[in-house]
Amino acid sequence: MTAWAAGSMSRRAWVEQIMGMPVSLHLRGPRAAGDSAVEQLVTALFAHLRAVDALFSTYRADSEIMRLNRGELRLDACDPLVQEVADLCAEATRRTDGYFSAELPAPGHPTGTGTTAGTGTAAGASAGRRWFDPSGLVKGWAVERAAARLTAIDGHDYYLSAGGDIAAYVADPVSPAWNVGICDPFDSTRVLATVPVRSGGVATSGSAARGAHIMNPRTGRPASSDLLAVTVTGPSLMWADVYATAAFARGSDALAWLAGLDRTAALVVTADGARHATPGFGGAEPARRSTSDGQRQPTADK
Amino acid sequence: MRRIVLAVASTVAGLVLLFSYRTSTNTGTGTGMAATAVTSSGGSSGDGSSGVSSGSTTLTGSEVNTRWGVVQVQITVNAGRIVNAGTVQLPDHNPRDVEINRVAVPILNSEAVAAQNAKIDVVSGATVTSDGYIRSLQSAIDAAHLS
Repeated sequence: MTAWAAGSMSRRAWVEQIMGMPVSLHLRGPRAAGDSAVEQLVTALFAHLRAVDALFSTYRADSEIMRLNRGELRLDACDPLVQEVADLCAEATRRTDGYFSAELPAPGHPTGTGTTAGTGTAAGASAGRRWFDPSGLVKGWAVERAAARLTAIDGHDYYLSAGGDIAAYVADPVSPAWNVGICDPFDSTRVLATVPVRSGGVATSGSAARGAHIMNPRTGRPASSDLLAVTVTGPSLMWADVYATAAFARGSDALAWLAGLDRTAALVVTADGARHATPGFGGAEPARRSTSDGQRQPTADK
Repeated sequence: MRRIVLAVASTVAGLVLLFSYRTSTNTGTGTGMAATAVTSSGGSSGDGSSGVSSGSTTLTGSEVNTRWGVVQVQITVNAGRIVNAGTVQLPDHNPRDVEINRVAVPILNSEAVAAQNAKIDVVSGATVTSDGYIRSLQSAIDAAHLS
């Protein structure tokens, strides 16, 4: 069946479309392929992600978030998960000096270009208003929680990636780390670095894939960042994602701020193409060396 | 070799199905999907620069109607590895499509090959949308492990 499998380690991938993006799950270990209990767990995991999407989606008029924004539902009447996320968003705003916020201009706002912090436009909001849109945190939070279910499969490695934000885990100390390739935002035909990740999250924020989509909550306008991309690694995908988003909005002093975060490492690509990594950023090296095009190695810059 | 061809055939069909899934649920336009039959032109050699030799097989997915037009995927496999991946058909009838395609096609070719050379397991980048997925490096990595 798996003519692709190299070596003795069985590996299997699943991909589903959830939250408007591809969600890839890779499982590595003896039961990765063809085990009915594993299949059930994976099915339940994707179902859980869909349920979370139904709760939080700003694309769905009947989601609790949209009902909350229309004033049809009070926060204390929402699902406990919505309240948990609201609390986490408040904490994220505190941790990022306000550079992450779930209080965003409602779609239709004159400065709104349609998407904010990874979310898209939704109908039914009036211009000039701010609304509660936790999408910038929900994805990482949901993926991290869903991935944790996979630890129930003893001795197996996994990663769950939603549109390029990854929660990874390696069970056995002798198993190889997951090799995470970081896309070069300046030239996306290249992978600019690879990072070995055993346990934790990797998130990248930037403007490369979809045009400007990160708001600066302080101005309510798209972040006019002098950064092209920020990749953050850390023990938690949710926080890595929050920090990457906030760092992108923060702009030029993002690297110093990132370097001060506990158990967090980062790779920042500035608009001029320069790459800077915090001292803890492991394994940062060009995947493919070029001869004389001035590519710089990521350098410690603190 | 036979086993490999079958595995890849299902992979291509899987990708095609995946791609069509979103378009068929999110657009009102006709998205009648082409049959997912996969043609294999065994023994065709890819371009020399990627080191494809006579043992390679090129697999072509069927045409799929998407929101933006017809898309068709092609993968070249040698000894169980994707040595080249690309699209043989992409829409080009409006400026946005052209912009997407100008960037996307070379990405798929070089990244799929580079990924395997670098043994990359997963890719982090600015959010990949469903529409971009089929052209992404992650899709090639996934394809190698979808059973």
